[in-house]
Amino acid sequence: MKFETPATTNPIDQLKIIGKPADRIDGPFKTTGTAPYAYERHDNIANPACGYVVGSAIAKGRIASMDLTAAKTASGVLAIVTADNAGKLAKGNLNFATLLGGPEIEHYHQAIALVVAETFEQARAAAQLVRVDYVRTDGVYDLAAVKDSGKPARITGGPADTAVGDFAGAFAAAPVQLDATYTTPDHAHAMMEPHASMAAWDGDKLIVWTSNQMIDWSVGELAKTLGMPKDKVRLISPFIGGGFGGKLFVRADALLAALGARAAGRPVKVALTRPMMFNNTVHRPATIQRIRIGATRDGKITAIGHEGWSGNLPGGKPEAAVQATRLLYAGANRMTATRLAVLDLPEGNAMRAPGEAPGMMALEIAMDEMAEKLGLDPIEFRILNDTQVDPEKPERAYSHRPLIACMGLGANRFDWSKRNPQPGQVRAGRWLVGIGMAAAFRNNPVMKSAARVRLDNRGVVVVETDMTDIGTGTYTIIAQTAAEMMGLPLDKIIVRLGDSAFPVSAGSGGQWGANSSTSGVYAACVKLREAVAQKLGFNSTEADFADGQVRSGNRSVPLAQAAGESGIVAEDVMEFGDLGKKYQQSTFGAHFVEVGVDAATAEIRVRRMLAVCAAGRILNPKSARSQVIGAMTMGAGAALMEELAVDKRAGFFVNHDLAGYEVPVHADIPHQDVIFLDETDPMSSPMKAKGVGELGICGVGAAIANAIYNATGVRVRDYPITLDKLLARLPEVA
Amino acid sequence: MRSFTYERANSPAEAAAAAARQQGAKFIAGGTNLLDLMKLEIETPAHLIDVNRLGLDKIEPTADGGLRVGALVRNTDLAADERVRRDYGVLSRALLAGASGQLRNKATTAGNLLQRTRCPYFYDTNQPCNKRQPGSGCSAIGGLSRQHAVIGASEACIATHPSDMAVAMRALDATVETIRPDGAARSIPIADFHRLPGNTPEVETSLAPGELITAVTLPKPVGGKQIYRKVRDRASYAFALVAVAAIVQRDGSGRVALGGVAHKPWRVEAAEAELPRGAKAVTAKLFADAKPTHENAFKLLLAERTLGAVLAEARG
Ligand SMILES: Cc1cc2nc3c(=O)[nH]c(=O)nc-3n(C[C@H](O)[C@H](O)[C@H](O)COP(=O)(O)OP(=O)(O)OC[C@H]3O[C@@H](n4cnc5c(N)ncnc54)[C@H](O)[C@@H]3O)c2cc1C
Ligand code: SF4
Repeated sequence: MKFETPATTNPIDQLKIIGKPADRIDGPFKTTGTAPYAYERHDNIANPACGYVVGSAIAKGRIASMDLTAAKTASGVLAIVTADNAGKLAKGNLNFATLLGGPEIEHYHQAIALVVAETFEQARAAAQLVRVDYVRTDGVYDLAAVKDSGKPARITGGPADTAVGDFAGAFAAAPVQLDATYTTPDHAHAMMEPHASMAAWDGDKLIVWTSNQMIDWSVGELAKTLGMPKDKVRLISPFIGGGFGGKLFVRADALLAALGARAAGRPVKVALTRPMMFNNTVHRPATIQRIRIGATRDGKITAIGHEGWSGNLPGGKPEAAVQATRLLYAGANRMTATRLAVLDLPEGNAMRAPGEAPGMMALEIAMDEMAEKLGLDPIEFRILNDTQVDPEKPERAYSHRPLIACMGLGANRFDWSKRNPQPGQVRAGRWLVGIGMAAAFRNNPVMKSAARVRLDNRGVVVVETDMTDIGTGTYTIIAQTAAEMMGLPLDKIIVRLGDSAFPVSAGSGGQWGANSSTSGVYAACVKLREAVAQKLGFNSTEADFADGQVRSGNRSVPLAQAAGESGIVAEDVMEFGDLGKKYQQSTFGAHFVEVGVDAATAEIRVRRMLAVCAAGRILNPKSARSQVIGAMTMGAGAALMEELAVDKRAGFFVNHDLAGYEVPVHADIPHQDVIFLDETDPMSSPMKAKGVGELGICGVGAAIANAIYNATGVRVRDYPITLDKLLARLPEVA
Repeated sequence: MRSFTYERANSPAEAAAAAARQQGAKFIAGGTNLLDLMKLEIETPAHLIDVNRLGLDKIEPTADGGLRVGALVRNTDLAADERVRRDYGVLSRALLAGASGQLRNKATTAGNLLQRTRCPYFYDTNQPCNKRQPGSGCSAIGGLSRQHAVIGASEACIATHPSDMAVAMRALDATVETIRPDGAARSIPIADFHRLPGNTPEVETSLAPGELITAVTLPKPVGGKQIYRKVRDRASYAFALVAVAAIVQRDGSGRVALGGVAHKPWRVEAAEAELPRGAKAVTAKLFADAKPTHENAFKLLLAERTLGAVLAEARG
């Protein structure tokens, strides 16, 4: 099915099951430990050998020699894989550093060997006996020091630089100006389940149970790396303990499990240990961002410019921090520029809302600063500069842009009017209290997505697609979609996900998963309805699917009966035309945050948070809310504590475990509210839905930063905002 | 993890004797610190002596009105003990500010005193670290040092002692009771128990090889307002940037020990004379010889302001 014209009325609009807060289908499995994760697929492989990854001890250089003698003879050891004996490996298209390093070393903890043994403990003990001599070479690890060597770099969906009108002239002429620089540090995905895979060979065929967000990409990548035809590789990933972008690609666990299984002649499982994840895999790159805004005295932006610097390994991509600034606010004269420097730190790549998340952390502080300079309420200032068209290409209208409504509703619910615009004035016991807000903005990409549906003689529909559920609720919304389409209750739908034997879906990334994958299921169900109607001799446009029956005129047939002994199978793919090009499709929101800052110690604690989101039709308010509160929590982490600390001498992230890389705990997040605007976007898909999983993180960091400013009068432009950045500027205490 | 042999001792004396007999032996209590370090091969004991069933898990009154806390009393039980909550509030509060519920259920009194630093370079066996590998250098100097010591450190090591409990015990003037391999018992004042790093940061306490902690004794209650204030980046489950254990009497006199600033709980009795003059005066004396790094210099101001808040709370 092709989606080329705006959606009209369709069976989804009945909203009998779609739009209801159905419980997560996978919930009971997860809470009872019966959802099998990759590392524990003993239902398929009774007794796999265990692989332990050896990571490089240096960030850049060469392996001069590697002594495996002691490791090889250690108890239980079955095989040791290194670049020397692994055979020829190609590099995938989606990773820049090789997954098995040596002799060249590209980054710290790059995998250089896999030790395979009977047990995990034996493999780990033997791995610690591998002796490696390195020749170090100097590397570049300090973004600030080398940023000016950065080269223009294209960002997703656009060129490196954009310019409209005369930015320099308009900025210089503007009576009110802001020119400020902001920094965001490297961030770790820090998902609960580590990267893990279990691999087994069957002749020349490879099967890998893994934890991966994008099945089809990763089948291709693994096949390419191993020099195999794609159809000989099968990936299975039905349950994923979080990904956040860290599992978009094949990582060392999957490749090394395959190589280890080949070397050991039996199935092998590999999980990265927690301390390995931070430097071995990918992270969100640090940014330096300069934002300039010029406005008239009454608050109309006349010039807006955003430059973003980031670093990556050679061949890597930039962090597209300027992305939101291209679209979010009006202003006749504008520029953005993206520069990428070469750094020898581990590979930077996508993390939840790449581009917008760090970009909005900066832009939305800048808007707050500018509002203050103008003496305007921050919401008022944003309303004054709202745009209903793409400001770089005014001929492109937004499909639907209710940003103002989000801010208005949020202001109301959060008692924004009670905020004292004068910072540092409100005290509650030991706390300096402040309120801040920020807009939320994230684009709404769509991706081709296929599914297969099978109706059987029990009246059950089985949905199969290689779509993944990374804890987002995909199982449930796909079941809701099929149930709504076929007129069945939820318990008559079985959803099977995450298997490359199934039709190729959009996968989970870029917040495109929910809308795209349910659209694919919609397309398959339209076909199934037609097939059912045809079999019964019904006119398919008139057939009504409800209550487990299909009706036409005064004939009514149970679906189970219609399916017959052989059942009916339908498969289709949803492809998206150019509505996404003609119209700018984005999701919007407004974040409101109240913080307390301890007047003595400058400890910062969030007191309450609210997000109002406009993200098209909300397919399941319960799972959508869970996505948004999770994203708000992650945003609070980015605002207040998350930072991969770079050792600029040795070139690695030092705090590479969860004791050193702090993420919020329950006590950090006392109260969160989420409100969804009741809306649909017919330009988006037949589901009229949009992504919501990343919207919630965009802007929340700045809302916290703005609240801290309101509480204390101290403006911090370098994340994370830790107490040491406030302390010296707080008033003396008695 | 290296292979090791294991035994369960039958009495404290036997445990100490066994430890002296076996090269590279270590005691294991809750295992919450030791096992983590063994997995990373930072600790590589050849032999483990399990001291969990030696009957050292009781809290008993002492003849002079104090409490004798067995070495194996779990942190959870110690924090919840009625007598501790009533008479040694600072200890109860310090314990509850540490780790998590699950860890405190396992962690023991002796193990807590002997937990090792959380310096990230100590935890990464690829990096030079004098404490882990004497003579290899200190990566934290010139590296990530935000959590590290601001006073009492050396050119060899700037690590902090991470325990909360030990800071409160320092303020309470606790005594560590031990038994040595030869069967002799001794009492070590807590002030002399932990050491500054000097040139041998790998030697962290005054325990002799094989010496087993049997108890920690708390002297007769001293009353006063007892406050433990732990400052950290997140609200829970994090080590202290700075922690203040204070016992403040009605007349303004009292005791103050600090955590998160040195290789041991930091207390300078002479500084306590300044308490009536306020936090600034006290910290000026406490930190007279401070040598922070540029990343952790904020701890000096933080300590002063935190102590200020604690004293205000004690007055209020
Ligand atoms: C994630 C995490 C967070 C933490 N957060 C905090 C925190 O915020 N604040 C805090 O204070 N602590 C914290 N801790 C540390 C925790 O308090 C210690 O791990 C615990 O107290 C150690 O006690 P244990 O009984 O498990 O010791 P073990 O691990 O069994 O032993 C530790 C050491 O003591 C030795 N030992 C044990 N018993 C004796 C004895 N009787 N005589 C002589 N030697 C002995 C062992 O040989 C070993 O060297 C945290 C730990 C973890 C893992
Ligand atoms: S501070 Fe101490 S523990 Fe840390 S690296 Fe230096 S020597 Fe090792």
